[in-house]
Amino acid sequence: MALPLKKRGRMGILGIYLRKLYTLFKGEVLVLPSRIVVFLFFVVLLFLPVVTQDPYLLRILILTSIFAILAASWDLLSGYTGQMNFGHALFFGVGAYSSALLNLYVHIPPYGSIPLGGLAAVLAGLIIGIPCLRLRGTYLALTTLAFPIILMGIVFAIPGITGGELGVSGLSRLSSSRLYDYYITVVLMLGLCTIMWKITDSKTGIIFHAIREDELAVRTAGINTTRYKLLAFSLSGFFAGISGGLYAHFMRIAGPSTLEVSLSFTVVIWAVFGGIVTIYGPIGAVFILFPLLEFLRFWPEFRMLMFAVIILLILLYMPDGFFPWVRDKIEKECPRCKVRNVATRKTCRICTAELD
Amino acid sequence: MILDIIISGLINGSVYALLAIGFSLIYGAARIVNLAHTAFYMVASYCIYYATHKMGVHPVLAMLLAIILVTLIGLVCYQLFINPIREHEAAVLIATIAIAMAMQEVMLLIFTGDFLSVPALVKGYLKIFGVKIAYQQLLTIGAALLILAGVWAVLMKTRLGLAIRSTAQDREVANLMGMNESRVAMITMGISVGLAAFAGAVVVPLTIVNPHMWMHPLIIMLAVVVLGGLGSLKGSFAGAYILGFTESLVVFLLPMGAFLKGSVALSVMILVLLIRPEGLFGIAFEEER
Repeated sequence: MALPLKKRGRMGILGIYLRKLYTLFKGEVLVLPSRIVVFLFFVVLLFLPVVTQDPYLLRILILTSIFAILAASWDLLSGYTGQMNFGHALFFGVGAYSSALLNLYVHIPPYGSIPLGGLAAVLAGLIIGIPCLRLRGTYLALTTLAFPIILMGIVFAIPGITGGELGVSGLSRLSSSRLYDYYITVVLMLGLCTIMWKITDSKTGIIFHAIREDELAVRTAGINTTRYKLLAFSLSGFFAGISGGLYAHFMRIAGPSTLEVSLSFTVVIWAVFGGIVTIYGPIGAVFILFPLLEFLRFWPEFRMLMFAVIILLILLYMPDGFFPWVRDKIEKECPRCKVRNVATRKTCRICTAELD
Repeated sequence: MILDIIISGLINGSVYALLAIGFSLIYGAARIVNLAHTAFYMVASYCIYYATHKMGVHPVLAMLLAIILVTLIGLVCYQLFINPIREHEAAVLIATIAIAMAMQEVMLLIFTGDFLSVPALVKGYLKIFGVKIAYQQLLTIGAALLILAGVWAVLMKTRLGLAIRSTAQDREVANLMGMNESRVAMITMGISVGLAAFAGAVVVPLTIVNPHMWMHPLIIMLAVVVLGGLGSLKGSFAGAYILGFTESLVVFLLPMGAFLKGSVALSVMILVLLIRPEGLFGIAFEEER
């Protein structure tokens, strides 16, 4: 008789926890459509291989995840601190090339070479950050554009080490199978993007945002903006370098295409399309635009043209980016307590103020 | 060798000056960073190719037609895609990149990715100290310098030039003084694209026409503009020749020079910026809040 009772007790405690979790879930996630979308995004990505293991689909999603990290890291630097970086491919390329070279010549396995590639990109961020700190606005944007091209020239000039136009190939695989590759990149993407989102939500993130709005005022408030800008450069460089390393190990090649101007431009296109200063915007944009480009492969000649036209049309109607536009349609901000509510509500869910 | 370097430096410098001054004009008058600027130059080259090879038009007439057509295309793009979102700086950047990509793709569709060429306007060459200098090269340099002088005259001597310069200095005050700011922006866009088309026209007999030919000039043009100081015409002019000569020196003197020419030119720009962050002749724009 004792055993079932004990069992019931355990179940009861578990039940309480589950109910608590459910209440929390209902109160925090289900109240806002944007949070439901984010939750579904996590669930779908994590459980997709249960439904299908189509290698082509997994490959697209792996690449999408890698570029999502890159786009979010651009937003962390250029969106938040307003330091327009037009040479984000530099970080990606440095990450890719250094993890490739470390893997090939020093035989460091991927789980070591990818973070080291990230650190190399931090170094690159510091090196370009120091001259760039003196520049602002359009000057900065146009100067940063130069760095990946300079590096590309060097890569072409020493083909003995970098492989020149062909790149460094024959790297070890990320993992033993496509499915593991998928989980490694997707979990890393979700984790790193959450970290980036947390950074922008923290005190440091608020200072980043303040630097974008008015650097002089931030300096007047006694904050060393130079240090924070360098921090932004190195943080963004780290995340972008990791995505570069992942790319190199997934494709098993690090070529000059990772340093191309068009990659730098594409990153900016993703971020602006999704809406800057949001982190989730660029990620969402990559998840829309990258698979879209794959889908447009059915008409190969018109692919890039349609891509360009779609971007032009979207920008014409939503110059602030796609996701902020959608979010403004489905949610509104309470005028009194600044908490976001579903657009269908008449009163605020926290302070019951009238919503207009 | 020295003469070769001088000639190719002058050609590069003149073409970059034409491009950079057009870019500077529209940036100054309307604060538009037009990354599609060199794409217009590419389209102009294709127009000339098409007119001379497929329609059999006389090359000079073809150049005029190309300049007019490309200017019209530029104005249409401006009205349709740039003007409605001018307030959003980042969006304008992306829109111009998208325009450039779209034009590149259209050219790829029509002409495929083949390398094409246009014959020289004037044949024959001159021999100085045993170095061959084609008349076409001299013509290109001369035409570019002539047009640059023309632009300078328009900007400095006419009422339109005064309006453009004052809008560049302070948009709000220019507006208060009765200048139609959006019309000035539109006219400046026309002149700027026209200059890009002209650069395409003078350089087309000397280069190879292909849909990706806008990328390298774009990068160097941006470097020129930053080096000289954004919005400063004198700076763009000086910067263009500095980088033009740097490029030709690197190509002729260094091993693997063709790969390194972009790198060295951009390194020169970064070195100058380290010493003078606002560029050679940069005017520090008042903080626009």
